[in-house]
Amino acid sequence: MYEFDWSSIPGALPFLWEGMKVSLEITACAVLFGIAWGTLLAMARLSSIKPLAWLAASYVNLFRAIPLVMVLLWFFLIVPQVLRGVFKLDAGTDVRLASALVGFALFEAAYYSEIIRAGIQSVPKGQISAASALGMSYAQAMRLVVLPQAFRNMVPLLLTQAIVLFQDTSLVYVSALADFFGAAYKVGDRDGRLVELLLFAGAVYFVICFAASQAVRRYQKKLNAHVAH
Amino acid sequence: MGYQWNWSIFGSTVPTGETTYLAWLLSGLQVTVELSLAAWLLALALGSLVGVLRTVPNKALSGLAAAYVEIFRNTPLLVQLFSWYFVLPEILPFGLGDAFKQQLAPLTQQFLAAMLCLAFFTSARVAEQVRAGIGALPRGQKAAGLALGFTLPQTYRHVLLPMAFRLIVPPLTSEFLNIFKNSAVCSTIGLLELAAQGRQLVDYTAQPYESFIAVTLFYLLINVIVMALMRIVEARTRVPGYLGGK
Amino acid sequence: MSCTPKFALVALALTAGLTALPAAAQESPTLKKIKESGTISLGHRESSIPFSYYDDKQQVVGYSQELMLKVVDAVKANLKLPALQVKLTPVTSQNRIPLIQNGTIDIECGSTTHNAERARQVAFSDTLFIIGTRLLTKKDSGIKDFPELAGKNVVTTAGTTSERLIRKMNEDKKLGMNIISAKDHGEAFLTLETGRAVAFMMDDALLYGEMAKAKRPADWVVTGTPQSFEAYGCMLRKDDPGFKKLVDAALAKAMTSGEAEAIYKKWFTQPIPPKGLNLNFPLSDAMIKLYKAPNDKPFD
Repeated sequence: MYEFDWSSIPGALPFLWEGMKVSLEITACAVLFGIAWGTLLAMARLSSIKPLAWLAASYVNLFRAIPLVMVLLWFFLIVPQVLRGVFKLDAGTDVRLASALVGFALFEAAYYSEIIRAGIQSVPKGQISAASALGMSYAQAMRLVVLPQAFRNMVPLLLTQAIVLFQDTSLVYVSALADFFGAAYKVGDRDGRLVELLLFAGAVYFVICFAASQAVRRYQKKLNAHVAH
Repeated sequence: MGYQWNWSIFGSTVPTGETTYLAWLLSGLQVTVELSLAAWLLALALGSLVGVLRTVPNKALSGLAAAYVEIFRNTPLLVQLFSWYFVLPEILPFGLGDAFKQQLAPLTQQFLAAMLCLAFFTSARVAEQVRAGIGALPRGQKAAGLALGFTLPQTYRHVLLPMAFRLIVPPLTSEFLNIFKNSAVCSTIGLLELAAQGRQLVDYTAQPYESFIAVTLFYLLINVIVMALMRIVEARTRVPGYLGGK
Repeated sequence: MSCTPKFALVALALTAGLTALPAAAQESPTLKKIKESGTISLGHRESSIPFSYYDDKQQVVGYSQELMLKVVDAVKANLKLPALQVKLTPVTSQNRIPLIQNGTIDIECGSTTHNAERARQVAFSDTLFIIGTRLLTKKDSGIKDFPELAGKNVVTTAGTTSERLIRKMNEDKKLGMNIISAKDHGEAFLTLETGRAVAFMMDDALLYGEMAKAKRPADWVVTGTPQSFEAYGCMLRKDDPGFKKLVDAALAKAMTSGEAEAIYKKWFTQPIPPKGLNLNFPLSDAMIKLYKAPNDKPFD
């Protein structure tokens, strides 16, 4: 029987909290950029300009075909060089956080664009016709009529994807960033208490994600009740 | 600072001398495919069972199924993997854990732990799709089944599930693709699948770019093949009259 | 190079663009970069006890870290930059070589073995430490040396020389061992501790480190004839003899003056952070020789 020894955890809490902050930071940025870039991708995919639609579809399919671990490794190796080349940063500037963020955001945008595309398609086509009959341009119809409705329908799905993303941040360990999981692993490795620290990390993830998914569910119920009126 | 490209590295012999680096990558590819397929079959079976249980008119059963889904959806895959491999054998009663650790070859242990982990992780997602599929059917179908004299299990088997499964083929396709990608995480317990062989190649040859490019291309290849196969399945199972049907 | 994809070329072009600083005749590119930015970037490990790791205040400490700081002092003196900024970047065994190459870090002193494959990509300083590859096992396991491992499960860490050696030994001598390659040393020791393997083959210094972390250090023992010796060195960018000369001189001075031995005693024979563990790893003959005559010779 394994002897559990939880004594490493109390002293490591400040370090673990730092890691949690990194995880939350990455999640927040990736959600915001992912939704923004994902919306553009979704609109490009649905656009009548064929090359644009094709490019967006290739982008989405490419990112959805590669494991996140591999995407992050690529971004850890290539992106720092690109950033430095483009912005003429001095080589000492720490671009690892930026690199992890960019990789994440680009990766998640592919998933968000699929959710958003479905959301846009859920709005009846007649509404665009109605908007153009009212004299709106296509862009105005999208911005003022279609997207607001699409987003309201999608909010629960977008939030659920954010919870998945939060769990996925554990994979940034490939870039040696001390996110929450990475921090827990490092403390466990240093003190020879890996099992304890990882179980602790699992429990923390569960509490956060479970609470968040319950909140999303309640919100969805409210939304459905509202729509039913 | 210049990087020394060396694509012939894949044809070179590995240090133990019995094979080439390319053969390492290919054996990793084989493990990835075997692992993902085995886990997928198990995930489908488990997920269907749990998904059905979530819709049955029995509070205890549906509550249990809901708890199952919440646990496996709300913890990171990495943590689950570690728990299957390192933690579970330590807390199993009656010496089962010791039997697992000492009777089985190490590779079998890693493969089993990875397979169970991916299967349970994915099954929670499959269960949600199955539940959604059943929920999308008109209520009258269940009532009709029961009115025809079917028992509840018979109604599920002959009326609800055949329809529900055809409805959820597209979302299941993306879960199927996910299982291949998620299998890359299994290198963290030492299982020598594709990503791990790629990393090993980096360790042995110090040629990271060639290795990452090759591994990425293999994942793309898997994806293309699975997408093509699933497109055929989707075309065959499409329900006329439903969204996306003809 | 015939089948180089386009994006590889882009990456190459970028790296080339970065290096295209005007090459001053006598000065080294690295020193020039350090002087211009006023910053030196050091690569360190996070849990490589006792070479380079975080203590309980999240400060980087360890034997290799202290020697690396000696190098920093030498750089300060050479450039007459007493206010030189020091930037610490954590690295892993996977990304340390690309990070040196792409200029994120200027030098990495941790527990990196100097071998021929790596020497094609990066340069190595004078040797910091010499280890032997041996076994960690339970005191009551009855295992004294490698031949007794026949037919047993043995764990090692993926990507290390130990992994190659034990695989080769298994092939050559038909020992029928099951070899488990764990992702890192922590996982390898966990594999040993949970009874999945009877022995853990690794660099002896790291084995002493894992033993000290164990729940009951007294239950474990390091044993077996060393199967190889390896030289740990600091990694530097290739083709920069000026910088290597400065680094080597700083390390050699620390070794011949007795400073290095004092650092050794501090990290290997006395209690160290975070938990006050004592590795009890006596100075080997190979190390005594190294301190007398510092050199940059690898063992393979």
